[in-house]
Amino acid sequence: MNSDEIIRGTNHETKNSNDYSEYKQMKLGKVKNGTVIDHIPPELCFRLIKILNLEGYGHVLSSATNLISAKLGKKGMIKISGKFLTEEEVNKVAVVAPNVTMCTVTDYNVSNKIKLSLPREIKKIVNCNNPNCITNVEEVSTHFYVVQESPLNIKCHYCERTIDKEEITLI
Amino acid sequence: MDFKNKDIISINDLNKEEIRYILEVVSRVENSDCSQLCKGMILGTLFFEPSTRTRLSFESAMKRLGGSVIGFSGEGSTSRKKGESLYDTIKTVEGYCDVIAMRHPVEGSARLAANSIKIPIINGGDGSNQHPTQTLLDLHTIRKSHGKIEGLTIAMVGDLKYGRTVHSLATAMGLFNATLYFVAPQQLQMPKDILDVLDKKGIKYFLAENITEVIDKVDVLYMTRIQKERFPDPIEYESVKNAYVLKKEMLKNAKQGLKVMHPLPRVNEICEDVDCAEHAHYFQQAHYGIPTRMAVIALLLGVLK
Repeated sequence: MNSDEIIRGTNHETKNSNDYSEYKQMKLGKVKNGTVIDHIPPELCFRLIKILNLEGYGHVLSSATNLISAKLGKKGMIKISGKFLTEEEVNKVAVVAPNVTMCTVTDYNVSNKIKLSLPREIKKIVNCNNPNCITNVEEVSTHFYVVQESPLNIKCHYCERTIDKEEITLI
Repeated sequence: MDFKNKDIISINDLNKEEIRYILEVVSRVENSDCSQLCKGMILGTLFFEPSTRTRLSFESAMKRLGGSVIGFSGEGSTSRKKGESLYDTIKTVEGYCDVIAMRHPVEGSARLAANSIKIPIINGGDGSNQHPTQTLLDLHTIRKSHGKIEGLTIAMVGDLKYGRTVHSLATAMGLFNATLYFVAPQQLQMPKDILDVLDKKGIKYFLAENITEVIDKVDVLYMTRIQKERFPDPIEYESVKNAYVLKKEMLKNAKQGLKVMHPLPRVNEICEDVDCAEHAHYFQQAHYGIPTRMAVIALLLGVLK
């Protein structure tokens, strides 16, 4: 599969939709080398751009939201040319949108495709919301354990406070 | 089971077998001469906030093991006051002693200290989070007085929301198939995350608002202090405070073997007339801090196995 097929694949999902003709006009450019994040819940598309610090990105970045998806109803997609995500960035995405699909594209071909899952440990990504936790008092990187994936609940390695998904703030 | 060079940071790090093993060693310490076990070894007591019982009992424990003690109490006389980080303080003191007992007002500080150095750290209280040797001595007290921990019924009374002692004890008693009663005003009841853990483990517990509801059902009555400052409205405090004060007359329907425990210090939540009742066990409980901390120090230094 090449990166263009990802787009065509998405079009295929919309074949029976009334919005197909409207959607067909929207095409995200091909990625030669970079990353494609697909199956993003639409409300999280811009949030991912923000947490990956892509707002001032100097290369081609394309994103679309509210695309029609047979699987999700609606979804978002982000294509980032010239950037391969670090493990830390992948984990950040996994915390915010754990079920997205992430593809690495090399020379227009998808060289790696993974459906994200939450790591067991989350390091340097989430703030501890206990103001009296050592991570908020001294220069200490945060470290959490995933207690429960759905709904997400994580536990601070240091102060042992647990945090639900809606209380999570990213660094 | 080998505890040499390990840390004791949280009761949650210990499983049932490990707790049992430590309690066995506490009993061995009580019944044998340990006075030379730690000769030539040094305990560092780093108490960044004041403490009476915990610091003194750690120091006494090390001296009874034949070791010596260095340390401080309160930040006033340390470089922390000059702005030194906890990490730097700990890294420095690592070279001065063989084991550290530490109390610090910030939650997670003991874990950070343990992650930073190679010698063993014993958490003597990190903010409102953990105080594992208190829990171990509570369990030892219960075991000594009842001959077992398994299957007992225990009521925890008072400030269950903010009290680290009762959080750890509830979790630990849960490992031993205990039945738990949580007696507190609604606004100071046991936090949801602790109840969730008990639910997941299938531990039987009940919530109550009055001591007299539970006093004839339990083997242990674990009292804690309700602090006036926890209540936004002083009138609300006045309305509940007497419901959580134990008087001798309230013990008339208690089981014969009931033991009243308290982590101390008490203010007014146990009337002095209870002190002479056969059920009073809180001063004995405080004394058990010595063999418990002796056992923990000896295990971490590898002089007892």
